[in-house]
Amino acid sequence: MTAATTPSRAAEGEPSGERSFTIARAGSVVRLSGVFRTKDAAAAWRELHDTVENVGESAVTIDLSGAERIDGGVLALIVAARAELVSKGIAAEITSIPEHLKPLVELYGGLSERPRPPARERARGVIATIGEEAVRAAAGLRRAVAFIGDLALGVRELIRRPRLGHWKEVPTLVHRAGTDAIPIVVTISFLVGFVMGYQSARQLERFGANVYVADLVAIAMTRELGPLMTAIIVAGRSGAAFAAEIATMKVSDEIDALRTMGLPPIVWLVVPRLVALVIVMPLLVLVADVVGVIGGLVVAAVSLDVSPSAYLLEIRRTLEPWDVQQGLIKSVPFAITIVLIACQKGFAAAGGAESVGQRTTSTVVTNLFALVVLDALFTLTFRLMGK
Amino acid sequence: MSTAPAVQHAHEREKQEPILEVRGLTIGWGDVVLQRDLTFHVRRGEVFAILGRSGSGKSTMVRFLVGLETPIAGDVRIAGQDPAVMAAGLPPFGVMFQGGALFGSMTVGENVALPLHEHTDLPPNAAAAIARAKLALVGLEGAFDKLPSELSGGMKKRAAIARALALDPELVFLDEPSAGLDPITAAGIDDLIKTLNRSLGVTCVVVTHELDSIFAIADRCIVLDDQGRGIVAEGDPMSLRQSTDPLVRDFFTRRSRST
Ligand SMILES: Nc1ncnc2c1ncn2[C@@H]1O[C@H](COP(=O)(O)OP(=O)(O)OP(=O)(O)O)[C@@H](O)[C@H]1O
Ligand SMILES: [Mg+2]
Repeated sequence: MTAATTPSRAAEGEPSGERSFTIARAGSVVRLSGVFRTKDAAAAWRELHDTVENVGESAVTIDLSGAERIDGGVLALIVAARAELVSKGIAAEITSIPEHLKPLVELYGGLSERPRPPARERARGVIATIGEEAVRAAAGLRRAVAFIGDLALGVRELIRRPRLGHWKEVPTLVHRAGTDAIPIVVTISFLVGFVMGYQSARQLERFGANVYVADLVAIAMTRELGPLMTAIIVAGRSGAAFAAEIATMKVSDEIDALRTMGLPPIVWLVVPRLVALVIVMPLLVLVADVVGVIGGLVVAAVSLDVSPSAYLLEIRRTLEPWDVQQGLIKSVPFAITIVLIACQKGFAAAGGAESVGQRTTSTVVTNLFALVVLDALFTLTFRLMGK
Repeated sequence: MSTAPAVQHAHEREKQEPILEVRGLTIGWGDVVLQRDLTFHVRRGEVFAILGRSGSGKSTMVRFLVGLETPIAGDVRIAGQDPAVMAAGLPPFGVMFQGGALFGSMTVGENVALPLHEHTDLPPNAAAAIARAKLALVGLEGAFDKLPSELSGGMKKRAAIARALALDPELVFLDEPSAGLDPITAAGIDDLIKTLNRSLGVTCVVVTHELDSIFAIADRCIVLDDQGRGIVAEGDPMSLRQSTDPLVRDFFTRRSRST
């Protein structure tokens, strides 16, 4: 576009530019004449509004006899302006409506005795906004609690009648959440181990404590980073997928269809996902542990002159089974958290596609937060237990 | 269709017994009331049509009738039971939702076979055989291995009907089974409903707008008010045509003028 160099184009949008219509008031008569196109609707609205705003009359006539052409959008605004006048107690009337526009004016409500006044943007105060948010948060919490309750009831039912479960789905889910996640878990864990080793290399070198890079990487990886990074990856992949799947089923009535077939959706959808992630998470954590340690090993060999065998020997000397077990233990509550948050958000979806997106985003954010908090709680608990 | 007198007699007697009873049902969400004080019943073996303008709450009413929502007031009985408590077992009814609600992650065949798998001990190939037969019933035998996303709108509807019929329920709820279909397919759906009803004795509760199908299939109908005041008319289609209620008259005349 060369708008800057063509003044006539630039002027077109200006209120002062040439105009195809005029709005003039004489006493109680507002006369509209010319051509009213929808693209000029903003200017027409402003002018119409200014003209009728402070009329001191008790009756106003909006006269369209001079109008050559009125687009539907502008017509709607004229009707709205009249409704506003009427709502102020002024007897307003639209006259000389072109014959072909009469049905439209009637549909818009421009002929009715008591038209609907135009909706006003209600300015909301801070207090009201906070209040609304609080109510929404409370409702969300209530839904979450109700969800846990439903799940508990469902599990009880499932124990009584195990065939209600959708067990067939578990292998597929294990494959999707587990096998498919291995490449990314491997990549990320390797890089985490590598970067950790690399960052500590300079410090360790200064003390001639090169070989301790093994302890550092192995302990941090098994106790914290392995489980946490894996959980974050699984939350981002499977958590988001679960939420999106269930939300989509919800908005397309599939959840209701399940219920009408006597298949309780919570049991049917949540339990297989719980089982799958509880199986998959510890295994992925083990993979992450091993690969992270290998990342450290590479750094040790390349930039710290620690041979792989010395590195592994050092790990064997210091790493205790409890270090690894700790991570594996944590991974189970992580898995449960991911599934519960994802499924609860999915079931809370209502409406259309935008709700699915919203729930999925919210799942990932809530999960990240919950996982980090949970991890901190575990670290604290294990420390207090003296381990 | 000719039936032996004795059979006819038994048939008639059975027809008197309500399979669905609705008393004082008020539907809506929270403070929003959509329809109030709905009272009607559906007899065993009849085809019952629910009519009303778009947005009057027909689909919503079906959700309340099958126990998916808790009534604001009043109650619903299906075969003498509260449908909400039946949810965990095998409900004696099938439902076809307006949008089909087919499971997008399963093929059409799996969709239809699902209730069979979950509620019977049939081996998979037997369940598949039944599913194939049900699909043939709605003229979709070719779609067995297709995904719902590969079907046209009308095919989705028909697949959903097949799924609702999978377990041979004695009562089916069909939400606009023939809306938006070409006249030939729509007439085919009407024939299907008649066949189900006459030959298999399935009671059908059908939400529909199509005047042709109302006259072709419905034994009785109710018309929902569009202002939420409940049922404005009840009776067989012929008598409703004579109704003096403006809404009912418009419904029948406006539509018939266009057809
Ligand atoms: N989940 C919901 N929450 C709030 N309002 C809803 C919800 N679902 C539907 N409605 C409203 O309830 C009214 C009735 O909807 P319903 O789908 O029952 O209409 P209908 O009679 O089946 O119409 P149609 O013939 O177009 O299918 C509509 O005004 C709709 O906006
Ligand atoms: Mg509907």
